[in-house]
Amino acid sequence: MPPANRRARRARFSVGAHIPAREFLLIALCVFAGLAIAWTAFTAGGFIRPLFLPSPLQVATRLADLASSGQLFADMAISIYRITLGFLISTVAALPIGVLIGSYRRWEAAIEPFVDFIRYMPVVAFVPLTILWAGTGDVQKLLIIFIGTFFQQVLLVMDNVKSVPRDFINLGRTLQMPEWRILQRIVLPSALPAIWDSMRISLGWAWTWLVVAELVAATSGLGYRITTAQRFFQTDLIFGYLLILGILGLASDQAMKFAGRKLFRYLDVR
Amino acid sequence: MAADKLVISGLSKTFCTDRGQTIALQGVDLAIGHNEFLALVGTSGCGKSTLLSIAAGLESHDDGKISIDGLPIEQPGLDRGVVFQNYTLLPWLSALHNVEFALRAAGKSAGEIRDIAQDHLNLVGLQGFENAFPAELSGGMKQRVAIARALSYRPSMLLMDEPFGALDALTRHHMQELLTNIWDKHRLTVLFITHDVEEAVYLSDRVAVMSNRPGRIKSIIAIDLPRPRHYDMVSTPSFQKLHRQILDEIRSESLAAAALKTALD
Repeated sequence: MPPANRRARRARFSVGAHIPAREFLLIALCVFAGLAIAWTAFTAGGFIRPLFLPSPLQVATRLADLASSGQLFADMAISIYRITLGFLISTVAALPIGVLIGSYRRWEAAIEPFVDFIRYMPVVAFVPLTILWAGTGDVQKLLIIFIGTFFQQVLLVMDNVKSVPRDFINLGRTLQMPEWRILQRIVLPSALPAIWDSMRISLGWAWTWLVVAELVAATSGLGYRITTAQRFFQTDLIFGYLLILGILGLASDQAMKFAGRKLFRYLDVR
Repeated sequence: MAADKLVISGLSKTFCTDRGQTIALQGVDLAIGHNEFLALVGTSGCGKSTLLSIAAGLESHDDGKISIDGLPIEQPGLDRGVVFQNYTLLPWLSALHNVEFALRAAGKSAGEIRDIAQDHLNLVGLQGFENAFPAELSGGMKQRVAIARALSYRPSMLLMDEPFGALDALTRHHMQELLTNIWDKHRLTVLFITHDVEEAVYLSDRVAVMSNRPGRIKSIIAIDLPRPRHYDMVSTPSFQKLHRQILDEIRSESLAAAALKTALD
């Protein structure tokens, strides 16, 4: 291999090296395509009974059936409604508290250890309690999403706020800005890109808690449909819905990433 | 003679950390005259930045007195503009908006803010970069915006904490020239912290040498070079002599510190 080639190759595989966006996409797609091919080959070869692993065609057919009957979209709609509402409530509550305890030590002392304490209680263990409190309706789903997301978000936002450079705050002080103005005009905008990222990550967890809540006690939603499918050995439906969940998660994550790049364009203008 | 602008007497500051107490400043005496440019030099960790923070009102002190225009310094004020080492431009605001941010905080009326900000960007030679975000600016340009911002609301004193420390040599020279030009036009009192002796001599009326920790003022050297300053002066014998004299003062400090360390070991 000529030296120039070798150098180019080494540059690609050095730590933190950049690659073109097209190449990134291509690699990501290849992994998905590879998995699909492996799955097809494995099931077509008859190595495994469809009860345990249905073929991609079976899964696709089942999904198409559910889509044409409207069932799929009804399930998606209710789940998306629940996660949107639950995540929003949790975020709106977590933001001010996170900013507060990230900025003031006394508030941190009052709230942070308590939040940490709750955070380590497994969310799943709250399911029976929430059913007792709120029944099996939407409120219980929102409650589970809230418990699973809110406490994590508070700590993430606190950390984001804490990493605002000390000198930014000092700048506000030298300009004799009042405390609340420093919070509003300096701390919050400075921490916002990191907070946005934290929200993106916690949205991923919220999906998990939504499905957990729907699996245990529900009469609708993607998680509920998976539970009923298990009763009727409809493995293809389980797989189909898992794929749908993966796609929804990936789409929401990419959407937030994209929005973040647009919102905080000032960070990587060059 | 008019009273001095900034008067510091017997100033002490002790930091309490987990590993015990550190005496950062002990009995600092210093007076800076009206419209004087004073550079404070010393080895790193000698407490010169702490002194600037106290003068800015960002940090408290334990003993002694510090006053500006005869009034004790207890908190930050718009009579003092601060230029930090790390630029501290707000990344979500353009160059112009960074300056406007300060003017708005200083309570200037909405009508005049745009013009004042533009004037000050012009002053530091950044016309054409009004809409650039900090991420698009080089280190030197960022620091120009920071200087424009600190001057924009017309403080009577400028506190500069190693403002050119992070810049490459060439850019640093440009910035030093820019600063002397600005200072010649808009006289104000400047306290300039640096560890670059040449920079201190080039810019100042007087250079104060700080001792090692605990920091105090070891000596003050008057820089009797003519103004306006320009870079050819650096190679003149009188410049070199002052440069040498201050360097010797600092070196004897670091030698003393090294000797003390050996004795303790």
